[in-house]
Amino acid sequence: MAEVPSYLSPTGQEIVFLLLGAVAVGAALLVVTTRQLVHAALWLVVCFGALAGCYLVLTAEFVAWVQVLIYVGAVVALLLFGLMLTRAPIGRSADLDSGNRPVAALVALATAALLVTVVIDGFRTAYADLTPGRGAAKELGSSIFRNWVLPFEALSVLLLAALIGAIVLSRTDIRGR
Amino acid sequence: MNLMLAPVPAGPSLADFGKDPLWISIIKAVFIFVFLLLSVMFGVWMERKLISRMQNRYGPNRAGKFGLLQSVADAVKMGLKEDLLPRTVDKVLYTVAPIILVVPAFMAFSIIPFGPMVSMFGVETPLQLTDLPVAVLFVLAMASIGVYGIVLMGWSSRSPYAVLGGLRSSAQVVSYEIAMGLSFVGVFLFAGTLSTSEIVAAQADGGTWEIAGLSIPLPSWYVVLLIPSFLIYAITMLGETNRVPFDLPEGEGELVGGYQTEYSSSLKFALIQMGEYVNVFTVSAVSITLFFGGWRAPWPISMWDGANVGWWPMLWFFIKLVLVFSCFIWVRASLPRIRYDQLMAFGWKVLIPLNLAWIMLVATVRAFRVEDANRGVIFTLAAIVLIGCFGIWFRFDTVLQRRRENRAAEVEAEFEQLRDEPEAGGFPVPPLDLPHYHGADRKEVPSGSN
Repeated sequence: MAEVPSYLSPTGQEIVFLLLGAVAVGAALLVVTTRQLVHAALWLVVCFGALAGCYLVLTAEFVAWVQVLIYVGAVVALLLFGLMLTRAPIGRSADLDSGNRPVAALVALATAALLVTVVIDGFRTAYADLTPGRGAAKELGSSIFRNWVLPFEALSVLLLAALIGAIVLSRTDIRGR
Repeated sequence: MNLMLAPVPAGPSLADFGKDPLWISIIKAVFIFVFLLLSVMFGVWMERKLISRMQNRYGPNRAGKFGLLQSVADAVKMGLKEDLLPRTVDKVLYTVAPIILVVPAFMAFSIIPFGPMVSMFGVETPLQLTDLPVAVLFVLAMASIGVYGIVLMGWSSRSPYAVLGGLRSSAQVVSYEIAMGLSFVGVFLFAGTLSTSEIVAAQADGGTWEIAGLSIPLPSWYVVLLIPSFLIYAITMLGETNRVPFDLPEGEGELVGGYQTEYSSSLKFALIQMGEYVNVFTVSAVSITLFFGGWRAPWPISMWDGANVGWWPMLWFFIKLVLVFSCFIWVRASLPRIRYDQLMAFGWKVLIPLNLAWIMLVATVRAFRVEDANRGVIFTLAAIVLIGCFGIWFRFDTVLQRRRENRAAEVEAEFEQLRDEPEAGGFPVPPLDLPHYHGADRKEVPSGSN
C-alpha cells in the first residue's frame, strides 16, 4: 500500500484539477440558469472543455481529445445547428422556465448527493499515482478489447439501435405495416 | 560511424519530446507563428497570382515586384479601416468568434514535424514544437473547435445570410470530419501509432512483404500504399476548409458572403481570412505528414546521404507544402461549386461507406501479416462479412429500385392529372386559356387614334 499524501498539501496538478472541476460545475449551473438560449449551449461547451481538461490532468490524453472531438466538436455543434435551424434569438428569452423548476432542482441535488456519497464511500482512501503515457491509445485499446469487450459491444449495439430508430422516426416515406 | 552510413537515419520519436528547455520551446513557437503569418501573406499572393495565370490574366502586379507587396498593402488597409459594429449583434460573441476560428488553427500546427533532430544553439532538439501519443486526434479536435468560430460568426451577426452560412458550415464540417477521421485509420493501422513524428519515421522505410517465399518491397510513402485513404482525405480536406468546390458556407452567388457577411473589411475580417488560410496550411501539412513521408526527401534526392539529416528536411517540407497548396488553387480554378444536397449525399453515402470498406480491407491485410495469426479464422470472418455486406446491399438495392419505380409512377400520374386540371396540385395556377389573355371579344385600342 503506497503512502497516501495529505489532503492539506495539494500538488500543482491537484490544484489545477480542482479548479477545472469548479469551472465545469459553474458552467453546468450557467447552462441551466442563463436566459439566453444559444449561450446555454456555449456554456455546455465550456463545461465539456473543462471536463476534457480534467482528463488531461489525469494523464488520460486519448479520452481528453476524444471528449473534445465528440462532445465539443460534434454533439454541441449539432445542438447549435438544431437551435439555429429552428429558433435562436439574440438576447434574453422569457419563456425558458417551466413549472418543473423546483422539482428538477431537487432531483439534481439528490442525484449529486447520491453520487458524491458513493464516490467518497468507495474511494475514500484510494490513491492512484499518475504515470504519464498511461492514457495513450495503446493502453486504452488493449484494456477495452481485452477486458471490456462485452460492455463495449453491448454499447455499440445500443447506439446502433438508437441510430436506426432515429432514422426510422424521422423518415416519412417508411410506412408502417 | 555505422549509424551515419545507415541508409535511413532514424527520425525523432516520442521519447525525444518534452526535454527542451523553455527558451527552445519559445523559439519554436515564435517560429511557427511567424512562419504561418508569412505563409498566409504570400499564400494569398500566390493564390491570386496562380489563379490569374490559370485564367489567362495577370493578377496583382502593382505593389512591389510581381505584386509581392499586395498582401502587405491589403493588411495595412484592413488595419486602418473603421471597425463597424452592427447595432443589434451579440457584441461579445461577434468580437470573439474570429479569434475562436484563428487560435485552434495556429495550435494545430504545433504537432507538425518540420524536420529531424538538429542542434539548435548547442541543444539537440527535434524540429517540431511538441508531440503527443495522440497527436493526430489533437489536430481533429482543434479543427472541430474552429467550427465554433464560423457558427458563432454566423449567429452573432444577426443576419439571415450569415446564419445560413454558419449553419451550412457546421453541418458540412461535422460530416466531413467523420470521413476525414476514418481516412486516417489506414495510416494508424500501418504506422501503429498516432504520434506524428513516429508516423513520419514509419514512412522512412517501407519494409518488405513476404508472400509465398517472395519478398516484395513495399513503397515507403503511405500515399502509394493507402491510395484510397489519401484520395478520400484529399476530398475531405477541401470540405473541411470550406474551399472550392465545397465553399457553400460563403457561396457568394446565394449568400452574399456567408458567415462573414457582416464583418466589414476590418481587422476582424483579416483574422477570418487568416484563419481560413492557416486551416488550409494545417490540412496540407497533415496530408504531407501522414501520406507524403513528412519532411523526408523524395526519391532522387534521398539517394544523397545528407538529405534527411540536419536542417535540409525543412526545405523538402516547405516544397511539399507549396505543392499541396498549389493543388488547392488548381482545384479552385478547375471545379465549379457543387450543390448542398450533393455535398451531403457525397459525404455520407459515398465517402463514409467507402472508407469503412477500405478500413476492413486494410485491417484484414494487417491481420494476415501478424506472425502467429490463425489465418483460417480470419478467412472465415472475412468471408462472412463480405457475404453479409453483399446480401444487405442486394436486399436494399431491390427495395430501393422498387421504391424508385413507384415514385416515378406517382410523379407521372400527378403530371397526368395536372395536365387535365392545373389547380389540382393545391397551387393557385391561373388557367392559361382565360378570356382576358387572348380576349374573347377583345377590342384593339391603337395608340394615337383620337
